[in-house]
Amino acid sequence: MFGDDIVMLSRMQFGLTALYHFLFVPLTLGMTFILGIMESVYVMTGKEVYKDMVKFWGKLFGINFAMGVTTGLTLEFQFGTNWAYYSHYVGDIFGPLLAAEGWMAFFLESTFVGLFFFGWDRLSKVQHLTVTWLLAVGTSLSALWILIANGWMQHPVGAAFNYETLRMEMTSFADVFFNPVAQVKFVHTVAAGYVTGSMFVLGISSWYLLNKRDIGFARRSFSIASAFGLASVLSVIVLGDESGYTSGETQKLKLAAIESEWETHPAPASFTVFGFPDQANEKTDYAIKIPYVLGLIATRSIDEDVKGLKDLREDSVVRIKSGMVAYDNLQKLRSGNKTPTVMQAFEQHKADLGYGLLLKKYTEKVVDADAATIQKAANDTIPKVAPLFWTFRIMVACGFTMLFIFAMTFYYCATRVADQKRWLLRMAVWCIPLPWIAAETGWFVAEVGRQPWTISGILPTHMSVSSLSADQLWFSIAGFAIFYTVLLTIEMYLMLKYVRLGPSSLHTGRYCFEQQHA
Amino acid sequence: MFDYETIRLIWWVFIGVVGIAFALTEGFDFGVGTLLPFIGKNDVERRVIINTVGATWEGNQVWLVLLGGAIFAIWPAVYATLFSGLYVAMLLVLFSLFFRPSAFDYRSKIEDPRWRNSWDWALFIGSSLPPILFGVLVGNLILGLPFHFDNDLRSFYDGSFWALLSPFALLCGVTGLLLTTFHGALFLKWRSEGVIHLRAVSTINGLGPMLLLALAATTLWVFVGIDRPEITQMVATDAPSNPLNKTVIAQGATWLQHFMAYPWMWLAPIIGFIGIALAWLLGKGDSRMGAFVSSSLGIVGIALTVGFGLFPFLLISATDPRSSLTLWDGSSSHNTMLLAFWITVVFLPIVLLYTRFVYRVIWGSVTEETVLKDSHTLY
Repeated sequence: MFGDDIVMLSRMQFGLTALYHFLFVPLTLGMTFILGIMESVYVMTGKEVYKDMVKFWGKLFGINFAMGVTTGLTLEFQFGTNWAYYSHYVGDIFGPLLAAEGWMAFFLESTFVGLFFFGWDRLSKVQHLTVTWLLAVGTSLSALWILIANGWMQHPVGAAFNYETLRMEMTSFADVFFNPVAQVKFVHTVAAGYVTGSMFVLGISSWYLLNKRDIGFARRSFSIASAFGLASVLSVIVLGDESGYTSGETQKLKLAAIESEWETHPAPASFTVFGFPDQANEKTDYAIKIPYVLGLIATRSIDEDVKGLKDLREDSVVRIKSGMVAYDNLQKLRSGNKTPTVMQAFEQHKADLGYGLLLKKYTEKVVDADAATIQKAANDTIPKVAPLFWTFRIMVACGFTMLFIFAMTFYYCATRVADQKRWLLRMAVWCIPLPWIAAETGWFVAEVGRQPWTISGILPTHMSVSSLSADQLWFSIAGFAIFYTVLLTIEMYLMLKYVRLGPSSLHTGRYCFEQQHA
Repeated sequence: MFDYETIRLIWWVFIGVVGIAFALTEGFDFGVGTLLPFIGKNDVERRVIINTVGATWEGNQVWLVLLGGAIFAIWPAVYATLFSGLYVAMLLVLFSLFFRPSAFDYRSKIEDPRWRNSWDWALFIGSSLPPILFGVLVGNLILGLPFHFDNDLRSFYDGSFWALLSPFALLCGVTGLLLTTFHGALFLKWRSEGVIHLRAVSTINGLGPMLLLALAATTLWVFVGIDRPEITQMVATDAPSNPLNKTVIAQGATWLQHFMAYPWMWLAPIIGFIGIALAWLLGKGDSRMGAFVSSSLGIVGIALTVGFGLFPFLLISATDPRSSLTLWDGSSSHNTMLLAFWITVVFLPIVLLYTRFVYRVIWGSVTEETVLKDSHTLY
């Protein structure tokens, strides 16, 4: 249908712009909460240093927030510009979720962010605190709606295909909202955002402590970050989104790919800690396995199988054949043949229509696919194993490293010796990038693991793109590359400048660089 | 509850409301940004100008985001066709909007004059290019776009970016820029004192006649020179959304005939002209709020003129009339429209309420003293 290059370029553009957007989102999620906590302490204790903390960390938050807004606009435009058929096909479900995000979240955060910065002298203490918390609630609500939308792409429930409008339509909003995949995704993602904010504040505060400057300010920031960070990182790990991988076929495929689990082993399945996935020969070399663990993670039991990729692919073959029947009857329905036999056959097979559409990549007519073509399409349902296997492990390693850091800093804060543990402070500084690496690899696993689908089992990626030319795509990719590189450079420059200035940037006369010549 | 036909009509109104809210609020933000390098002669003056919208521009921009989201939810086929069809134009809008958040937030974080001057021009581009492009877009909505659907309802665009820039569409682009700049000058006048206030007044004085002239030319062109397709055989207004089920003939009538058939529609352009004319007359004098309200009324009239003129069309196809999308066959499902209706009915008043609160808190003239007093906090 469309050249592979169009599909590839569209994916590349979406992937890059989405990952780029997610450099700023988690910090916004985390910082707004930390600002809320700091300001609550200020209102309760009345100590000015906490107000300075809100203002200073708020400045860094603002530098980041501007980029979040900029790059977020791209994503809203991009469903329409680059994924037009997707927008037509699932707009009935995906659209209202985005609109709800606009009404409930974007307005809240964007309207109050101005007051957060400029309302200090115009609001009472409690009013300003309320504004800060509304900002935090707004950002997390935004995550809620977009993750319900993304959760629906991973595990589409509460919707059905309508042959008259040729698209998916919502049948139950409750099912879409309470989608288990979406709910765990939400908790996992916002908690990861809170970790990001905590790591950022912890790392920078450590740097001040190492340089023996602004000690009181840094020490208080450090304690808040370590406590909030510990709670958050525990949430990320314990409520990890792994539990979501049990629902739905494609989620199972993703899990099997992450574990490089080619064969179905008798229960309880063992967990592959390490190994080298070999896609061509469909095996994993040098695998180091821990018995029982995968079975426990995936099924929460020791007597259920975890299906391997090869068996899951066989399931796909069955569903593709059923999808061909659905497609055949859909064509009959559309040409006006609405006899009960056709209707019934369509209804019976329509859940597999998407699997039939996988064949469109190889044959426009779908129904004339031979066994070899069906096998090819079934092979497509297995994502590339090695990238998923590795990125997942990088994410987990980052998560546990941060757990260690937060546990140690929290312990030493409680025992009041954190300032003296210079190795830990140094480690906290060096580990500032970890939450970003974890977040980016996590999204990579979630989205690449869903391939070849945009909507799991419903709409293949190769059908979702807009009718564009490669020239148009190169124009936009070049535009994004230029704008994003320049903007990121500027943002990093400002961020580093203000981190170095520290709380002296508030010009209160109370901090490092100010006392000498104040 | 509401039947399918009614909810489709309600949503046509709602999306109109969101679109108008966008034009009214981000309209003056665009205008203020456009005027920034000209009315502000030095750094402090420019900071005064920026801070008249500094605390609220972000909330205003959400109307645009919501407009996109609502069209996605309610008219998915329109969202898909418009955004992918006008690919290059849409990306230019997006790229120009990129300048805004960082220009507002980063400009005053460093004192270097070159740094600040560069951001001022970035804000100028980000504030003047979008209204031109949106004007061109509206012009092309009126002219019709070259697109068609295949049997799978996949949309194909058969034109190019350059073809969008027809003389009529360019006139609409110029009108768009004049309109937001005029509206922005009125806002700036309302929220400033002294030299900036005076410069805003003389801008209003100069722009008023130009805008009225541009509006008159556009209106005349639309009513005399542009044909409007006509639906010869419509499917039921409560049928499932599939644009290919109807029959349309191109060039069935003119806009003039359409308005003649429903004379009450003339109210819209009349309100548009009176609003802008009044805003000009009041704006030259002492009126602050009155002039701004008048120009807001004018914008409502202009938006209604376009909406009424296109009704029931959302997107007219110039090359395959049957593929044109109307509010009856381009909408989402009944269920989804009801869901989105309830979300809107609950949240629209809440949003308006807290937006009003925010404006009340920050309201008051911005002066050089205000800026110098909070130099390290303000934009």
